[in-house]
Amino acid sequence: MLEVHNLSISFGGLKAVEDVSLHLQQGAIASLIGPNGAGKSTLFALASGFLKPERGTVRFLGEDITGLPPHVICRRGMVRTFQIVQPFAAQTVHENVAVGAHLHHRSRRKALARAEAVARRVGLADQLNKLASSLTISGRKRLELARALAAEPRLLLLDEVLAGLNPQEIGEMIPVIRSIRDSGITVLMIEHVMQAVMSLSEYTWVLNHGSLIAEGTPAEVSNNAQVIEAYLGRGTAERLRRNSVHA
Amino acid sequence: MLELSILFPSVLNGLTTGAVYALIALGLTLIYGVLHIINFAHGALLMIALYGVYFLHQSLGLDPYASLPVMVPAMFALGYGLQRFVIGRASHGKDENILLVTLGLAIVMENLALYLWRSDTRTIETAYTFTTVGILGAMISIPKLAAFAGALAVCAVLLLLLAKTDLGRAIRAIAKERHGAKLVGIDVEHVFAMSFGIGLACLGAAACFLLPAYYVNPQVGNGFVLIAFTIVVLGGMGSFAGALAGGFIIGVVESVGGLWLGESLGQIGIFLIFIAVLLFRPQGLFGART
Amino acid sequence: MKDLIALIVFGIVVAALPLFVSSGFVLNIVIMTLYAALLGQAWNILGGFGGQFSFGHAVFFGTGAYAAAVLQVKFGWNAWAALPAAVALGAAVGAFIGALSFRYGLRGSYFALVTLAFAEVFRILSNTFDFTGAGVGLMIPLTESAGNFQFTSRTGFLYVILGFTLAACLVAWWLKHSRYGAWLQAVRDNEESAAALGVNVFRVKLGATMISGALMSAGGVFYVQYFHYIDPHIAYGPGVSIEALLAPIVGGIGTLFGPLLGAAALHLFGELTRSFMGDAPGISLMVYGLLLVLMVTFLPRGIMGLLSGSPPVRKGGSRA
Repeated sequence: MLEVHNLSISFGGLKAVEDVSLHLQQGAIASLIGPNGAGKSTLFALASGFLKPERGTVRFLGEDITGLPPHVICRRGMVRTFQIVQPFAAQTVHENVAVGAHLHHRSRRKALARAEAVARRVGLADQLNKLASSLTISGRKRLELARALAAEPRLLLLDEVLAGLNPQEIGEMIPVIRSIRDSGITVLMIEHVMQAVMSLSEYTWVLNHGSLIAEGTPAEVSNNAQVIEAYLGRGTAERLRRNSVHA
Repeated sequence: MLELSILFPSVLNGLTTGAVYALIALGLTLIYGVLHIINFAHGALLMIALYGVYFLHQSLGLDPYASLPVMVPAMFALGYGLQRFVIGRASHGKDENILLVTLGLAIVMENLALYLWRSDTRTIETAYTFTTVGILGAMISIPKLAAFAGALAVCAVLLLLLAKTDLGRAIRAIAKERHGAKLVGIDVEHVFAMSFGIGLACLGAAACFLLPAYYVNPQVGNGFVLIAFTIVVLGGMGSFAGALAGGFIIGVVESVGGLWLGESLGQIGIFLIFIAVLLFRPQGLFGART
Repeated sequence: MKDLIALIVFGIVVAALPLFVSSGFVLNIVIMTLYAALLGQAWNILGGFGGQFSFGHAVFFGTGAYAAAVLQVKFGWNAWAALPAAVALGAAVGAFIGALSFRYGLRGSYFALVTLAFAEVFRILSNTFDFTGAGVGLMIPLTESAGNFQFTSRTGFLYVILGFTLAACLVAWWLKHSRYGAWLQAVRDNEESAAALGVNVFRVKLGATMISGALMSAGGVFYVQYFHYIDPHIAYGPGVSIEALLAPIVGGIGTLFGPLLGAAALHLFGELTRSFMGDAPGISLMVYGLLLVLMVTFLPRGIMGLLSGSPPVRKGGSRA
């Protein structure tokens, strides 16, 4: 579905994404994890056309889409959300979601009807006529998800849709995301909430300082020494191993 | 090809005008650099300052250069008040709103002047108005020379103020990192108003240097507003050195362009530069691409 | 649908006006109000629905006015034939300025300044070339007949400007109820999000500039036919640009009826100040400027915001 080959970009000498390759299977639900500043969102931006890579290629559904503008990539079926939610603040929830729905529906009436259905699916049905600017963080995250879903993607790139939510809200969102995958949409998510990564994703890539340092099932990855060091600091894995030997 | 004997005085003339342009643009770029707002009323405020100098001369017999200690603080106070009580309250977080409010202020001032003083173009006559000196064979009038020297002196004072004083440091801190400045306890609203005040104080000084060689009418600011924007954009928004250099460049382009194309069409060069810089090099000739 | 019915009722009421009112003075005020509403709606389509504030809408107005005048005076065209040509030219100028500005990512205040600079360039050009009558301007020959877009009575002009204004309002109505309008408003509120949802931001903004330019240009044609005269200052000076943005800002930016309400309020205000303070130079414009400051400060959503009853001050996006 999505094949990324040797993707690289740097900003003023800082290698934000360096030689990253990954291959996402159709129908999968996978995640991209790594410490802050690891280059996860940059990788999303490269894949979805918001940034042009210096080197490397992006292939989507078997075609080379490297360097295409974002709206073209979106029309081909890859839709992203933003980590920092960016609602159309002056418009209602209903109108916001309808913008996504218009991608495949010219008629205003159809787009609005479709938007309502999607809003219901992510739990925004009772807030349809609220201004987007008046939503809570949780509401805005749902809106971000609903807009993307309304565009009927084949691949959905979710950038930290759970960040900033409380445990109860996270608990409500996890089944929503699972149901998206179950409806046939491939999902790749950037996530910091490990509970969600462990329970949702089938496969995980770990990014650190712009490079992939590990991949595998969440369970495999969480036992990987390099990954633990990336998160907890140099030498941690060594100490952990010694401690468990002595125990 | 133009004769050097015509070109040289024209360049010299452009440089003297350019110095005053630079002074006006310096105020504009300071306001932009700190508040990130485009003060559309800059030209109208210059017009107000010019009337101030004019009436000080007409009613009190004050020499335009002697008006400096009156006009500079007066314009500063006007600027402080405008930012604190009018412009600062209107933004609602949108740049466009500030542009609209300063446009509204410009319309009010221009038409107030039209109502109070009619559309007559007024000039003042001093003992030195028509005195000229020769520089390398080119004749240049005393007021123009004074404007050149005065504008450069004010620019120097302003740059020193920004570099050496606590206020200058606070202004630069806010220009660079607004939220950080707030966190370390700088009174941002106060510094905003101070910056706006200083920006207008530049206009007060510019008016004193300008009037002996120029004129005033209610529309006089219009001619300056786009030129000042052009200079600021050319020099890089918020850059002081850029405003100085931009002022001279535009002064010379206008003067020499006028020689080639005639007064009316010569102005077009300025606007074409403006458009071209905005489109192709929005960070200005001297700014770094962000 | 309710808004469309309101628009139709408005059209019928204004169209019936000449049956009851014969005063040329009153009809002239109605005509000038509709004309201001047309300019306002043209600006509103780009500024209100598209979020691209122009300070130089005169560039389209003047192009329409000069196109109509030049085609009649220099080429002997019929005024009605000149109308579509002038409107097309207005759209073309919109395409040119829009393509340049948006290709290079000009937004917000920069776009406002660049449009203003274009208007100035056009003003200087029209002031220079004999083709446009240079500084003297152009006067179109007076041959009053409906077939010549010059009416013997004000009623004829009233119907024409009513038609133009209603057409502009219909475009605004369409923007509120169509996919293109949804895209345009999405672009206004957040370009990145819009692009992420498949919106071709560049093309959407370009389209709005062309529509806005075309309608503004129609306003220019009307001006020439009504006053028989155009010069560089009227055509490309700051006056028209300000008039165009004033009505929607007073009435309610980005709304269907804002420009109509704003134009009516402004003319009412203008007449009132004139009757209280006399017709001294500068007075009415001074009041307009004051109104602009007050509206942006206290009622950024205009009269429509007041009518809709929601809180008058809405904070802008997340920009500092």
